[in-house]
Amino acid sequence: MITVNHYLILGSLLFAISIMGLFLNRKNLVVILMAIELMLLAVNMNFIAFSHYLNDLSGQVFVFFILTVAAAESAIGLAILVLLFRNMRSIHVDDMDTLKG
Amino acid sequence: MFESIGILSLTIWLPIVAGLLVLATGGKDGASGGVDGQRTLALLGAALGFIVSLPLWTGFDSTTAAMQFVEYADWIPLFNVHYALGVDGISMPFVVLNSFITVLVVLAGWAVIKTKVAQYMAAFLIQSGLINGVFASLDGVLFYVFFEAMLIPLYLIIGIWGGPNRVYAAIKFFLYTLLGSLLMLVAMLYLFFVSGGSFDILVWHKVPLAMGAQMLLFVAFFFAFAVKVPMWPVHTWLPDAHVEAPTGGSVVLAAITLKVGAYGFLRFTLPILPDASHELSWLIITLSLIAVVYIGLVALVQTDMKKLIAYSSIAHMGFVTLGFFMFNSWGVEGGLVQMISHGFISGALFLCIGVLYDRMHSRNIADYGGVANTMPRFAALFMFFAMANAGLPATSGFVGEFMVILGAIQVNFWYAFLAALTLIFGAAYTLWMYKRVVFGPVANDRVAALTDIDAREFLILATLAVCVLAMGVYPFPVTEVMHVSVSNLLEHVAHSKLLP
Amino acid sequence: MDLLMDMQSLYLLVPMAPLVGAILAGFFGKAIGRRGAHTVTILGVLVAFLASVVIFQDVLAGNTYNGSVYTWLAAGDVRLEIGFLIDRLTVLMMLVVTFVSLMVHIYTVGYMAEDPGYQRFFSYISLFTFSMLMLVMSNNFLQLFFGWEAVGLVSYLLIGFWFTRETAIYANLKAFLVNRVGDFGFLLGIGLVLAHFGSLDYATVFDRAPDLANNTISIIDGQTWSLMTLICILLFIGAMGKSAQFPLHVWLPDSMEGPTPISALIHAATMVTAGIFMVARMSPLFELSDTALSFVMVIGAITALFMGFLGIIQNDIKRVVAYSTLSQLGYMTVALGASAYSVAIFHLMTHAFFKALLFLAAGSVIIAMHHNQDIRKMGGLRKYLPITWITSLIGSLALIGTPFFSGFYSKDSIIEAVHASHLAGSGFAYFAVTAGVFVTAFYSFRMYFLVFHGKERFHNAHHDHDHAQGQDHTPHETPWVVTLPLVLLAIPSLLIGYFTMGPLVAGDWFGHAIYVNLTAHPAMVELAQGFHGATAMALHGLTLLPFWLAVGGVATAYYLYLVRPDLPQVIRQRSGLIYTILDEKYGFDRFNDWFFAGGSRLIGSRLWRWGDAALIDGLVVNGSARVVGWVAAQVRQLQSGYLYHYAFAMIVGVALLATAFVHF
Repeated sequence: MITVNHYLILGSLLFAISIMGLFLNRKNLVVILMAIELMLLAVNMNFIAFSHYLNDLSGQVFVFFILTVAAAESAIGLAILVLLFRNMRSIHVDDMDTLKG
Repeated sequence: MFESIGILSLTIWLPIVAGLLVLATGGKDGASGGVDGQRTLALLGAALGFIVSLPLWTGFDSTTAAMQFVEYADWIPLFNVHYALGVDGISMPFVVLNSFITVLVVLAGWAVIKTKVAQYMAAFLIQSGLINGVFASLDGVLFYVFFEAMLIPLYLIIGIWGGPNRVYAAIKFFLYTLLGSLLMLVAMLYLFFVSGGSFDILVWHKVPLAMGAQMLLFVAFFFAFAVKVPMWPVHTWLPDAHVEAPTGGSVVLAAITLKVGAYGFLRFTLPILPDASHELSWLIITLSLIAVVYIGLVALVQTDMKKLIAYSSIAHMGFVTLGFFMFNSWGVEGGLVQMISHGFISGALFLCIGVLYDRMHSRNIADYGGVANTMPRFAALFMFFAMANAGLPATSGFVGEFMVILGAIQVNFWYAFLAALTLIFGAAYTLWMYKRVVFGPVANDRVAALTDIDAREFLILATLAVCVLAMGVYPFPVTEVMHVSVSNLLEHVAHSKLLP
Repeated sequence: MDLLMDMQSLYLLVPMAPLVGAILAGFFGKAIGRRGAHTVTILGVLVAFLASVVIFQDVLAGNTYNGSVYTWLAAGDVRLEIGFLIDRLTVLMMLVVTFVSLMVHIYTVGYMAEDPGYQRFFSYISLFTFSMLMLVMSNNFLQLFFGWEAVGLVSYLLIGFWFTRETAIYANLKAFLVNRVGDFGFLLGIGLVLAHFGSLDYATVFDRAPDLANNTISIIDGQTWSLMTLICILLFIGAMGKSAQFPLHVWLPDSMEGPTPISALIHAATMVTAGIFMVARMSPLFELSDTALSFVMVIGAITALFMGFLGIIQNDIKRVVAYSTLSQLGYMTVALGASAYSVAIFHLMTHAFFKALLFLAAGSVIIAMHHNQDIRKMGGLRKYLPITWITSLIGSLALIGTPFFSGFYSKDSIIEAVHASHLAGSGFAYFAVTAGVFVTAFYSFRMYFLVFHGKERFHNAHHDHDHAQGQDHTPHETPWVVTLPLVLLAIPSLLIGYFTMGPLVAGDWFGHAIYVNLTAHPAMVELAQGFHGATAMALHGLTLLPFWLAVGGVATAYYLYLVRPDLPQVIRQRSGLIYTILDEKYGFDRFNDWFFAGGSRLIGSRLWRWGDAALIDGLVVNGSARVVGWVAAQVRQLQSGYLYHYAFAMIVGVALLATAFVHF
């Protein structure tokens, strides 16, 4: 029997993978974008699982919102990425430290 | 009083609207043409602002201490904040004075300011309206809003049209005054709660308070107002601000902005916290006397004319605060008279220095000498204002100092003794500067090439000279206006309002 | 009633006429021209003089007046008013002021004929006349102070009239500041009067004064002072500034940088006597404090004697007269201290005439010498300037107190009054004023002989002068506008003492205007008892010590400067230290420059550099900015700019928060 625990474990696994993707990746900005998407999916996973087990549809409605926002976000992220590449000729994460104080 | 509804609102909003209009006509820098139009529009706005303020004086009932020309409307009902305006004998003269000075300032910047004319004029008009708001507010929040908002135009005036070190001066000015007023906001919130949810200043006057609370509130208000006055040792922003500000900015700063701080003492500190005021009067008196003596000596050694007058302003404002905390009518009325008189005299002196600066582009005393040879008319007017600054009888400068000294001597001989030293210091620094700048043989070719003041400059200075003289020869009408309000205030302050 | 109203407008007319003249000449000088300027101002002063004469007669007829014109200010329950008090003291001063002023106005037409600032000068002296009249006609302390400072202002403007001269603008600043020191005391005195009497009106204050005679005030903890003594001394400090009494005398000699007419009008005849007038006016207060009177007397005595010494070594013709003025003011002050107020006023009047005469005569000499003022370069001028010579002689004789001359009566009365005084310090004062007679005679006739007699030394002098070369070097008498005032002033210098001695000193001419406590201070009684007519007094005077001292002084001057002109040089070299002290004017100027001027500048710059710039701005203001900056610099190290660092920080933060949330 697959219980809610399994879903939660899956969600946290996905979340952990995405965090590792964020931290350990020093090369490609695209990976970071993907990791962020994955993180959001992990959250969605939790939402859906709880929605099902609690019989509350609003969780699933929320997922749709998140998906929409995530899509918009990745679109913007990719656009920034393209611009960055145009200006810096690189999408190497280590090169991007202009926020340094 | 019904027909007078709206006068105060007019004095506040008319200049602001006029300022916005002028701002709207202004294009990008260098877009010539229309500059004269903008100036004329600004002058019109300032003049109208002055004209609408006149009924305050003519229609003022000097037999009552109650607020007059009262306007009352809801503003933020949730917090019981009102748009409450009104003036008494203490605040009314300053609304008129401010509206009057604005006209002169617009005239003073007429031909001198060549960049961003519209913005410059607009800043002064808006500033004028906001300052009127400060003096007319009867609601704590409204007061606070005006009190803070009036910083912005002046900040811009110094920062944009100022001298080489303008950014430092502007930021110093802004942070100093902002820091002080934040504590005041806290104090106001406290008063809001203890008064049972009212921001009405007149209600606050009646709130009984424990001694400890009064002391804390006193300190909070003290910081806000002492910085504005400015009192020693929080005065160092003023010389910098004056030196860097354009002439008009200096005039407004000295003539009006400083008065806001002193006014705050009378409107908030004394009536709301009478017991703490008595208890801590030694502090104010000490600081005021330090201002008179210490600053007088510092002014003596200045090499920059504007700095010298700035220091002289601090010393003169020391008289104001000294007078207020004598708790007698000589002192308080003397302080108020000194405030008005200082408005005229320091304004005039800054204008005089502006006249020289416009021609020589130097404020350094050492660059001058023998100006009287080439600018006799200017020299005569400058002499008059210098003498007024030194407190010569028959000029307004004497009246306030005289009254404060008379008030002080009734409290303690040594207060008067130290205060009266200004008779010597004031004459020394003012006249020594005058001697080095105006007297003597022509110092250099640039002085030799100076041209005497033109009709516009003469008109401005002569107007001020008439005011200074009139107030010195016949100050009775001025004191008469404030007499009842001051007596009422003193009576109020004499009664303890400690919590039982 | 009608008559009264007329008199009141007449009172108003006296000060207003010169004011109108001053305004016209000052603001419309260009429009009305030189001729117009001197016409309106002379007319104004003439009107004031004539009105004063009418008022004088009216007052003699017994009509005094004390009323206000308008309320200047009201504070508390006190009203300060501008008003006039017309009594015998006032009206005498009005006559002296307007008459001397009129003379000086006329004289100026000649003296300043070539000056570009002609209209300005007339405007100033008329303004001065206005201020001085306001001062003497006042019925309250406030207006007195107004006039007091206003004459100081005009004096400042006039000393610095030639504002391109470095010495002149130094002198006028010095004069104003020293006067301000006096005014500082004066203002405090006025403040105490208001605080304790509740009024600034003369009549009210004087009425209440006896009630407060024994009041004390504690201004330093544990020490009590008599209120009256404190008030009187503070007021007298004002008089010390204005009337150039030791140690506030330093400004008067330097004020000679101004044009000569004003030296005569302001720095000899009128303004400097304002202090004397003020103390006489305040006699009801001063009579209540023996300490204050002693103080007054000692200060006067010091001034009378020691300033006279300085006159001996001066070589500038105007400075000699200036030091003589200082010394004579000292005499007046001594008389005040001896409670002989009317004698002081009497001397004030005679002095006004003969000293104005001497100054104007000096001016006449200066014109003839092409503005050379060094008496060593003059000599033998009596041939060339006969009128100036005769009038100078009259002035000098009056000054040294030759019997029958006006100065004799006033000066002798002062000496007698001091003799009769029993206050502390009267012994010293008596010695000082008696010895002063010799000194006065000596320096006066030293100057007189050097200028009008002996060898003509100006021929050499002119060769040094560029602009005089190739011109006719022979000096010639000055125009009539200059000599007429000399003659008109010489007449009262000669005669006025003889005719007014009786009523002014021996009689009770001033009536209620001056109050003397005759039982405590009986000097006036003794004077009156010893007086048996002006002629008898003069003849008696021939047998008294002061006369012979004066003769001795003249004889010494004659011997040293006409018979043996080589001797002064020798004496000067022999008396090295004394000469140096006198030449340094006892070191006052040097001390003031070093201690007060230098000291306050030093303190000022220390306070500025260390207090304002270093401590407040450097440490507190910019210091707090620096602290913020330092903290920020440390914190910015954390801001690496790498996204993954931020993400990591967020995770750590969430973990910490979660832990905290769970645990607490």
